[in-house]
Amino acid sequence: MSSKTITRAEVTEAIVRDVGCTRQESSDLLDDALEMIGAALESEGVVKLSRFGNFVVREKSAREGRNPKTGEEATISARRVVTFRPSPLLKSRVDDGA
Amino acid sequence: MLRSELVAKLAERYGHMPAEKLEKAVAIILDEITDALARGDRVELRGFGAFSVRKREARRGRNPRTGETVDVPAKSVPFFKAGKELRARVNAGADPEAR
Repeated sequence: MSSKTITRAEVTEAIVRDVGCTRQESSDLLDDALEMIGAALESEGVVKLSRFGNFVVREKSAREGRNPKTGEEATISARRVVTFRPSPLLKSRVDDGA
Repeated sequence: MLRSELVAKLAERYGHMPAEKLEKAVAIILDEITDALARGDRVELRGFGAFSVRKREARRGRNPRTGETVDVPAKSVPFFKAGKELRARVNAGADPEAR
């Protein structure tokens, strides 16, 4: 199995190649799409992208934790975290490696 | 927000581009991520987050309804870790220490 890392640059190239936008337009489109997903998570807490997966903001309550470096106990404050639930299609693509 | 709503939002900003093109751009973005993960690659989108593949070991599970033991084979699952900016963003307005 390869272990490459794909970045914004590669995704931008794919938009240039397959949609026929300019490089600048493609880069802006990617930035804006990600920015809009972030904004929707901030305001609504859910983004559902059919055939890909759902991003959901979950509330975590405060809990006792420990600093793994010092072993000191500390309270981890309540917070919101973004979780991703992959679609069945994405799950099967990843598990089959196809 | 749904995929169609994301496309509609993009259309507001890219009025000069046909909606089909924007729809295709969204599809390409998601396909690129999917294809990369299917190959076992990582996808890092700075500020937003990173997608990666995590291995789950084979384990002996139990059917919660019948109590029967079943062998669950090893598998690879997609995983997403939110980036710093996205994490800070969803926590805006919450306890400042949580950021």
